[in-house]
Amino acid sequence: MDFVQNFPFISILLSLFSGPLTSILNGKWAKRVNTLVITVIGFLSGAVLFYVLGTGEAFVYRMGHFPAPWGNEIRVGVLEGFMALFFCAVMLLCMLGGSAEREREIEDSKQNLYYIMVNLLLCSLLALIYTNDLFTAYVFVEINTISACGLIMIKQNGRTIEAAVRYMIMSLLGSGLLLLGICFLYDLTGHLLMSNIKEAVAELAATGQYHVPLFLSLGLISVGLAIKSALYPFHAWLPDAYGYSTVSSAAILSSLVSKGYIFLLVKIFYRVIGFSVVCDSKVINVLFVFGVIGMIMGSVSAIKEGEIRRMIAFSSVAQIGYIYMGFGLGTEEGIVASVYHILSHCATKSLLFVAASGLTDASGGSRKFPDLTGAGYRNKLAGVAFTVGSLSMVGFPMFSGFISKLLFAQAAMEHDRKMMITLVALAISTVLNAIYFMKTVIRIYTPAAKGYAHPDSRRIPLGEQPDKNLALVFFILLNVMLGLNSEPIVELIRKGLGMFS
Amino acid sequence: MSKKLTEEQYRKTFSFRFRQWLDGTKDPYLGEVEMKKQKPFVEDAQTAAHRIQDEKEVEERAYDLEHNAEVRIFNRIYRVFAVAFCIFLVTMLLIGVSDLPTFGDAHNPANNEVAERYIEKGLEETGAVNIVTGMILDYRAFDTLGESHVLFIATCTVLILLRLDRKEDREANEADDRTHEPKNDVILQTVARILFPPIIIFGIYIILAGHLGPGGGFSGGAVIGAGLILYLNAFGFAKTEKFFTAKTYKVMSFAALACYSLAKSYSFYTGANHIESVIPLGTPGAILSSGLILILNICVGVVVAGTMYTFYCMFRKGGH
Repeated sequence: MDFVQNFPFISILLSLFSGPLTSILNGKWAKRVNTLVITVIGFLSGAVLFYVLGTGEAFVYRMGHFPAPWGNEIRVGVLEGFMALFFCAVMLLCMLGGSAEREREIEDSKQNLYYIMVNLLLCSLLALIYTNDLFTAYVFVEINTISACGLIMIKQNGRTIEAAVRYMIMSLLGSGLLLLGICFLYDLTGHLLMSNIKEAVAELAATGQYHVPLFLSLGLISVGLAIKSALYPFHAWLPDAYGYSTVSSAAILSSLVSKGYIFLLVKIFYRVIGFSVVCDSKVINVLFVFGVIGMIMGSVSAIKEGEIRRMIAFSSVAQIGYIYMGFGLGTEEGIVASVYHILSHCATKSLLFVAASGLTDASGGSRKFPDLTGAGYRNKLAGVAFTVGSLSMVGFPMFSGFISKLLFAQAAMEHDRKMMITLVALAISTVLNAIYFMKTVIRIYTPAAKGYAHPDSRRIPLGEQPDKNLALVFFILLNVMLGLNSEPIVELIRKGLGMFS
Repeated sequence: MSKKLTEEQYRKTFSFRFRQWLDGTKDPYLGEVEMKKQKPFVEDAQTAAHRIQDEKEVEERAYDLEHNAEVRIFNRIYRVFAVAFCIFLVTMLLIGVSDLPTFGDAHNPANNEVAERYIEKGLEETGAVNIVTGMILDYRAFDTLGESHVLFIATCTVLILLRLDRKEDREANEADDRTHEPKNDVILQTVARILFPPIIIFGIYIILAGHLGPGGGFSGGAVIGAGLILYLNAFGFAKTEKFFTAKTYKVMSFAALACYSLAKSYSFYTGANHIESVIPLGTPGAILSSGLILILNICVGVVVAGTMYTFYCMFRKGGH
């Protein structure tokens, strides 16, 4: 066995261990440890990705002395390695971009608790990406949920506490449904290991035995994970949670936490239930319908919103809708488009949150649109970054959002019944996206008339927020790279999905 | 022969005091328990005015049913929809459950080679007489490793929410403490003095015997945590902090989790790379047996006890 094969295990254990370690350090050292851990894990994941690309096949890593159905194991393919690398990169940038706000908004004595949450969140994301066992996935979903709650409420004011309570209730409901679904599956198949369940489910689907419970468990798991990732009718917790928490939390929650659950769902579709069984069930139609409604309703809510952070948060509802619509198409191409959109949304939404915080800093901390007038001149880089993010969200060529919309449209063309609905929904949603994002971009580049600007607004020179500006530059590069260099990435996703089965 | 007692002697007898206590003519707590009347809740005029103004505004803006069409429609359909949805969900789940394999049937899918090996070879492979412990701490140790970190992170989240870090907050809370409870309750202290040692010893026994019989880190830790909470209630922070402070908790939970992670890393690494583990399994049934399981049980126990105690402290007064 090659030594590289140990890297996924090392990265999970490293991030897990760094949680308790951070609890005995002070805020400054906790931050250093956190940055170091994310960077090291990023490199390890990169090495794993290149190794898997080299060998061309997925490998299984046994966690302990007992082989799989008895012990635990993790499984690593191209897509897993790539996701881990991408998540680490985005998380590092989110932490960098929000460091000034964090120090300002969180009590000094609680700084290190923030890094505990982030370390364990990273660990749970890695475990969700790599695991080959449904119950292990559930355990790390728990860690993910609790740490996300902590990230929301660590900036303590009434709004965030309320948001955290809402998030906790909805998220626990989602966890409960997921657990019920796993229990049903275990009862039907007698296994918790993904590969074994898949064999058993294929047999059950062929004979038609236990049809109802099987269908029900698929439904429970899909709905549970949809609630946790804020699919349209279950999104009530989202705007407050993203809108009022500290910037790095909002960026991490929107770009990583919800995507972790979606990736788990993709994994369950491919590795647990089997993609053909999923496509034959009615569940994907439900996901499709809610996805399409979410694309439109999320954008409508965003247009109605009066402040920038909540507007970006509502835009997430629409984007999550895109991803579930891709699942709902029930074709390989649809899933590829969805996975690409996960990456694209991940890179863009965190960029928008960080850029928006730069703009609000230049407007006396106010998030209301009238106060943001001319903010693009007061904080130049944040203005440019926000424009890039907006163009990407709207689907302007050269940026990542364009490619994902193109992929969705191409995937829809292969489908007879759902083609028209998908294309029309894409068109409407694009126009709506353009309305609220371009409105904001125009607003921040309209010179503020004297006397109308917020009294505390001031010009922020480039050198004042070096961390944030560095993060913004990297985010822009990431976006342009995804937009201009999409072919190899789409190829990689195809290869990764191929390795799933 | 009975002896005649003087009144003074008679007053000292147990039966007299018991009678007095029964009649309610004497309060045995008098002079023993520190009693203080609860502070009345006083709201100054300005805050009260603010509150009333706020409530009025909320009432007018959000619940003004005549002008707020959204709330009106929402209120109307909410109840119907909620009931319908619950009935739908319950029906679906009942249908699903009724189609599941019969409970207890020998041919159920769940009775397969996985459970078979746990039962037949568990003792031999893990060295633990208690198969369940062998399963959660050896076969599927990765899950349990995650689970113990769930407890840890839950404590951290409660610390974020409830810990009072500013000195003035803590002092204000401390000054207000008498409104919560009488201090030095004789009954509680006497009972705690008797019960505390057996509870702790019983908890330690459950943890140490986790691999030999029913028990283990989770249940034993909960027992120890309950004992600590009882002690804290009876004697207050001043006494508990002689042996258990926030710092102790930090160091203990870090040490336990680090020990757990390191021990499991070793066994994961050797297992995956097909290296023979050097840890002997020992004789099944002996206290020092079953490899790492005993150590892991102790680690889990420490984490669980710390978690329970910290939860209680935080919910009681935001720490000390």
